[in-house]
Amino acid sequence: MKSILPVLTVVAAILLFWVVCVVPMNMHLVADQAQRDALVVTPDTPNARQDYSGIGLTLRNTHLIPLTYNFVRPRLPSPHQVAGEMYATIFGQKITSKRSLVYHGWVTLAPTLLGFLIGTSLGILLAVGIVYSRVMDRSVMPWAIVSQTIPILALAPMIIVVLGSMGVQGLFPKSIIAAYLSFFPVVVGMVKGLRSPDAMQLDLLRTYSASKSQGFWALRLPASAPYLFASLKIGVSASLVGTIVAELPTGARAGFGARMLVGDQYGQPLVSWAALFAAALTAAALVGLFSLIERVTLKRMGMASA
Amino acid sequence: MPSVAEMAARQLQPGQSHAPSTEAVITARNLDLTFQTNDGPVHALKDVSLDINKGDFVSFIGPSGCGKTTFLRCIAGLEAPTAGEITVNGMTPDEARRARAYGYVFQAAGLYPWRTISGNIRLPLEIMGFSKAEQVQRVNRVLDLVDLNGFDRKLPWQLSGGMQQRASIARALAFDADILLMDEPFGALDEIVRDHLNEQLLKLWARTEKTIGFVTHSIPEAVYLSTKIVVMSPRPGRISDVIDSPLPRERPLEIRDSPEFIEIAHRVRDGLRAGHSDDV
Repeated sequence: MKSILPVLTVVAAILLFWVVCVVPMNMHLVADQAQRDALVVTPDTPNARQDYSGIGLTLRNTHLIPLTYNFVRPRLPSPHQVAGEMYATIFGQKITSKRSLVYHGWVTLAPTLLGFLIGTSLGILLAVGIVYSRVMDRSVMPWAIVSQTIPILALAPMIIVVLGSMGVQGLFPKSIIAAYLSFFPVVVGMVKGLRSPDAMQLDLLRTYSASKSQGFWALRLPASAPYLFASLKIGVSASLVGTIVAELPTGARAGFGARMLVGDQYGQPLVSWAALFAAALTAAALVGLFSLIERVTLKRMGMASA
Repeated sequence: MPSVAEMAARQLQPGQSHAPSTEAVITARNLDLTFQTNDGPVHALKDVSLDINKGDFVSFIGPSGCGKTTFLRCIAGLEAPTAGEITVNGMTPDEARRARAYGYVFQAAGLYPWRTISGNIRLPLEIMGFSKAEQVQRVNRVLDLVDLNGFDRKLPWQLSGGMQQRASIARALAFDADILLMDEPFGALDEIVRDHLNEQLLKLWARTEKTIGFVTHSIPEAVYLSTKIVVMSPRPGRISDVIDSPLPRERPLEIRDSPEFIEIAHRVRDGLRAGHSDDV
């Protein structure tokens, strides 16, 4: 827990930056509204105000600063507005309601976990193949790398549309995209992990005339554990990003991705921001969960220092 | 050179007190090994001939690059000679390896961090398919042999370097092969621990009557432990002297101050020096 203080310091610095930015970002909108509400605003026409930067306008209208923090449709909402929106949509709604972030969270989380499971299994299988077969080493690895250079944003709608035309809908298409993003770190990590035993350890097994499968189960697989966990942490957050990306361009009605898009399209920035932060917290929770499993497992395996 | 080695190998020293056995367990004839590297071929072994008899404790000593480890790996079938003949228990090294004729101890203990000490010792037994009951019994026996009773449930990191190396010796002894091959097993340990382990190794050798091949670069270690000392020299790796030790089989640490001990050490040093002047 030594890391808690530095982490809090960074969070505080980001919050401070955010709080400072809220004022100039929203000042033009607030000034327009203030004029309509018959408050004193300098300069007093919207066109004249366009000549000023957010900061310039703020310096001339310091009395409007408090209003920027509570504007209804802000360009940049203030932290307490986002927190309020999140509280209202997480705790203030029944979790089955379409307005509940918990509901949307689960709609995103379920395909994330399924995709992560598919991606991890595929990644481990490919890694085993690559380590044990020269042909696969030469043929699969380049394609795995190429697969990650294609922008997922371009690929996601195509996959969804193609699968949709074959009658596959709902959870599964999103899982495919989540798996597509998460298999790669697992392949890379597991190949490195399965190859981590040194020449001496492999020689030792040769002196026992151990078979390849005995070597795999007794040495290579357990030795790869630290590498696997590092990959899982990257993979699970990549899965979440993949699912959200899959929700963005495809007209999804529910899920974090849908909420972000809806908030943007219907002028409800708070909805977008709340979904954004909920997604970030979900990713942090998933990574934290795997860190915990990693710590406990590696400690029990006597590899905690890694 | 080979003729000297062969003659010396066959010559029985009158002062030898341990029961001399003429049964050769390991025989090498005109062994040659060249490694192809990116910097061109490296002649690791040249014309190496040697007999190791049953119950011998044979040390290989020489500067780095003299091929002592390579020769041990040839015996183990981990390296294939380019020319010459080598047999282990009357078989090729590869056959002997598959017949699990030897236990091999590396310079590093190389214990699996995720297995307990007994779990590590059990590793070869699991791979070789011993029954569960037999595994337990054998693990207990070798733990006793290396004096690690009570540490069976510890994980490797909880043990000192010397204890870890003892555990790795126990692992090599667990399946009870007749031959024990050790590649600088105590090289990474400090002098005091090394003395202690040398003493223990001699006791263990006396109790188990194994044939031991032992690579080292320490003259006192080689003289203290061995019934036969093979002095090697580099570029190309070859045998420059074979010394049959006249020391008794029973050896307290104090024997290292005796005139006989010092005389043998002297001869080893001379052999090493002669090997070195060759390649200038």
